[in-house]
Amino acid sequence: MANAKSKEKNLTVVGASVPRNDVLEKVTGSATYLDDIQFGNKLLYARAARSPHPHALIKRIDTSKAEQYPGVKAVVTGKDFPERIGLYLKDKTIFATDRVRFLGEPVAAVAAITEEIAQKACSLIEVDYEPLEGVFDAEYGASDKAPLIHPDLGKYDCVNFIFPKPGTNISNHFKIRKGNVEAAWKQCAHIVEKTYKIPHIQHVPIETHGAVAMMDQKGKVTLWASSQSPFAQRNLVAKALHISHSDLRVIAPMVGGGFGSKAGLTMEAIPVALATKLPGYPIKFILTREEEFYTNFVRQGLTIHVKVGCDKDGNLLALKNMMYWDGGASTEYGTNITRAGGYSSSGPYDIPNVETDSICVYTNHPIGGAYRGFGMSELHTGIDQAMDELAEKAGIDKVKFLKQNAISEGDIVVTGMTMHANGIQQCIDNVAKAIDFSKKGEPSSSDRLRGKGIAIMWKAPAMPPNPGSSAWVELSEDGKATVGLGGQEIGQGTFTVMAQIAAEALGVKYEDVRIAGPVDTQYSPYEWQTVASRLTWSMGNAVRAAAVDARKQILDVVAEAWQETPEDLDIIDGMVISYKSEKETPLTDLVVYGLPKPNDEGWMGGPIIGRGSFMPKYVTNLDPETGQGPRAVVHYTVGCEGLDIEIEKETGRIHVVKAAACFDVGKAINPALVKAQIEGGFVQGLSSAIFEEIRLRNGVMTNPSFVDYRIATTTDAAFPLDTTYVEVPQDDGPWGARGVGEHPMVPTIAALGNAIYDATGVRLEGPPYSAEKIFLAMLDNGKIN
Amino acid sequence: MTYSRITLTVNDLVETVDVPQHMTLLQMLREKLSLTGTKNGCSAGECGACTVLMNDEPVNSCMVLAAECDGATIVTVEGLAKLGKLSKLQETIIKTGGVQCGFCTPGMLISATALLKRNANPTETEIREALVGNLCRCTGYYRIVEAVKESAAH
Repeated sequence: MANAKSKEKNLTVVGASVPRNDVLEKVTGSATYLDDIQFGNKLLYARAARSPHPHALIKRIDTSKAEQYPGVKAVVTGKDFPERIGLYLKDKTIFATDRVRFLGEPVAAVAAITEEIAQKACSLIEVDYEPLEGVFDAEYGASDKAPLIHPDLGKYDCVNFIFPKPGTNISNHFKIRKGNVEAAWKQCAHIVEKTYKIPHIQHVPIETHGAVAMMDQKGKVTLWASSQSPFAQRNLVAKALHISHSDLRVIAPMVGGGFGSKAGLTMEAIPVALATKLPGYPIKFILTREEEFYTNFVRQGLTIHVKVGCDKDGNLLALKNMMYWDGGASTEYGTNITRAGGYSSSGPYDIPNVETDSICVYTNHPIGGAYRGFGMSELHTGIDQAMDELAEKAGIDKVKFLKQNAISEGDIVVTGMTMHANGIQQCIDNVAKAIDFSKKGEPSSSDRLRGKGIAIMWKAPAMPPNPGSSAWVELSEDGKATVGLGGQEIGQGTFTVMAQIAAEALGVKYEDVRIAGPVDTQYSPYEWQTVASRLTWSMGNAVRAAAVDARKQILDVVAEAWQETPEDLDIIDGMVISYKSEKETPLTDLVVYGLPKPNDEGWMGGPIIGRGSFMPKYVTNLDPETGQGPRAVVHYTVGCEGLDIEIEKETGRIHVVKAAACFDVGKAINPALVKAQIEGGFVQGLSSAIFEEIRLRNGVMTNPSFVDYRIATTTDAAFPLDTTYVEVPQDDGPWGARGVGEHPMVPTIAALGNAIYDATGVRLEGPPYSAEKIFLAMLDNGKIN
Repeated sequence: MTYSRITLTVNDLVETVDVPQHMTLLQMLREKLSLTGTKNGCSAGECGACTVLMNDEPVNSCMVLAAECDGATIVTVEGLAKLGKLSKLQETIIKTGGVQCGFCTPGMLISATALLKRNANPTETEIREALVGNLCRCTGYYRIVEAVKESAAH
């Protein structure tokens, strides 16, 4: 090895489909999730008393019977915890105080020696409510006729890029004013104007939310949580309960699925509130499946009115979007989804004139939060179907239409930012080819219809301008490296990818890198949140920097010991080598004990610990009236999906013949994991397109179980799915990488809707595109009889 | 509270356990025997995360009362590897990449193991039908089905 004369190295670990580093635990049942941690006999169990009304004033709460029930240790209500919490807008409290705003809102909580006793005690809490008129539609909620849900909106703190309108139910109004839309309509040869309604859906992690909290006698609180955001939770809980950040420790074990639902802070605050009353007792709170469906974050509903026009050659000229987001009872997180929906409201199209109003509305529905895609699935459902209609109206081949209008390097996007290089053309080509889009397929039998649909997407990480990542890389006597990080493994494979990045940057084998887990805010370095498909890019940069730093420390010591220059040295598979002297030494021991000085008079070096951090520093705020500014986001990941489907005429049932998906990931650090993300995201997207809807009637979810809220099963994904990716490098990503976790479910609903139209000639208003809905629409439109 | 004393075999070990009469097999495994590999996703027999083998049949352990298990033979995910050696299915699912968050994995592996026991060479359709009661939100199922296919005898 030391004979190598060249320092030109090919990548060995980055770009390889190495096996996951968390998988042995997961296949043997030994991986530790929240409810698997053993707390001993002092463990108490919490349950919450919840509002039975979607909107009501609380007139009286009497907890005395619950407190006296045998086995009950503590009862808490909102009066002890009045502080408001929120990621972007502080509009919620841990428990309702004077008013309940959605059905299922926590009003009180009980800690008891068993879960059954805690539940029974909750039923003994007496609450007098005075029901109020509810708001169950976002557009109505935004009007001046609707009752106010947050009369104190004007008093709430919020970040400086969210714009609530006190005296209304509008908690954010994001505007885009680019070019002159009104003038542009006159130039348009073809215009399409449509309305789409996208219902609320649920994330459905198979592991429901859970948390355990304990306060010691000094007042230091430890919170174990199934969490995407241990550091954000530390921050939010610390501020709400007036605990110093340093006295609040969040430990985050393996997460059994998140999809955005375990970001921010939701039910985790409840056991903390109880813990503050019972020093020394760990208190466990785990949501039932029913609670998971509607008492925690859901995906917001959206009503989108879209109008889009092009010239006679199919060049897009203008787009007008009016979006009403059904944010639910609190929009502390949802306000930023609305913002993201606004600044990405053109979709991945180059359009000179755009006018968007993206409005976040309080309703008496469950609280909307982050959901894989962060508004983009909902938005693209409207835009990409309108584009499909427009292409047809203009008489232009749909693939050609997408390619001629897709955003490309140098285009000015809706916010005024200049678009970076991207591979959307290649994505469209790959998908169109995979499903042979230009060829109309024949149905497999006369009782079926066949059609194809295609849709493109983009998504930027949606976050504050300055979300930070940090990492350390430490080496031990065996020459192996351990990476400290604060981003969470939620199934996407980030621990594997970070180990690959550290191995490549340091010069050790992938198998010789460990991840310091579980993430523990007391020992792990800071990470903003595991959201926004940002870890590979942002945490990856921090881990790479930490590994480079450790490598430099090692090479400096060895160079001095060998009386050479670090530039002539390298680390390959855990061996330090010199290209000049052809000396070599393993990393073992030297990374802890250092090396003897050349003259043998003492030692040099010592324990190696590299550190790295990363934070984007170039994102700017936007003008509140026009949404224009130099750089709204860090980057966009683009992609395309397509489906070839058949529909049963007798039932409206969809059969997918084949599907395809392609995304520009910049650089696939682990190609197998990229493909796994695309597969999982596509099926989740398809599930949301065909089956999923939180059915809300006057604020009541009528289908909170897996029987009534169906998600895709094995038999629903029994079709070939062609997954590819392209690699147009991200200028500030590690080896050019950017994220792809959320994107695969973004264009799926639209691609399916376009395929349904192609097959049946019927355009449905909004998902889920159930067999029943398709059948009735075909019947109504005279397509079948 | 009324308790039952039951004796059963769990992962080749004979266990005698006092269980409250309303305790489920899932609760007994997790809380009495500390076999936390079996997961609870819904407590209603709908998601399959808690699947274990009971007398060679896959059951939702949240739907079985522990008191019914007197004399039964139970296999949980912890019992699939023998003496530290993974089963072929465990090895294959690592290779195909059929694990993401891992929460459905224990139940999925048990259902697939039961299938392969009763049908050594299942077709893809048979695999998908056998796993239809095991929900997974991460993978889209492709690599799980591939793992079962590859572990089947040829």
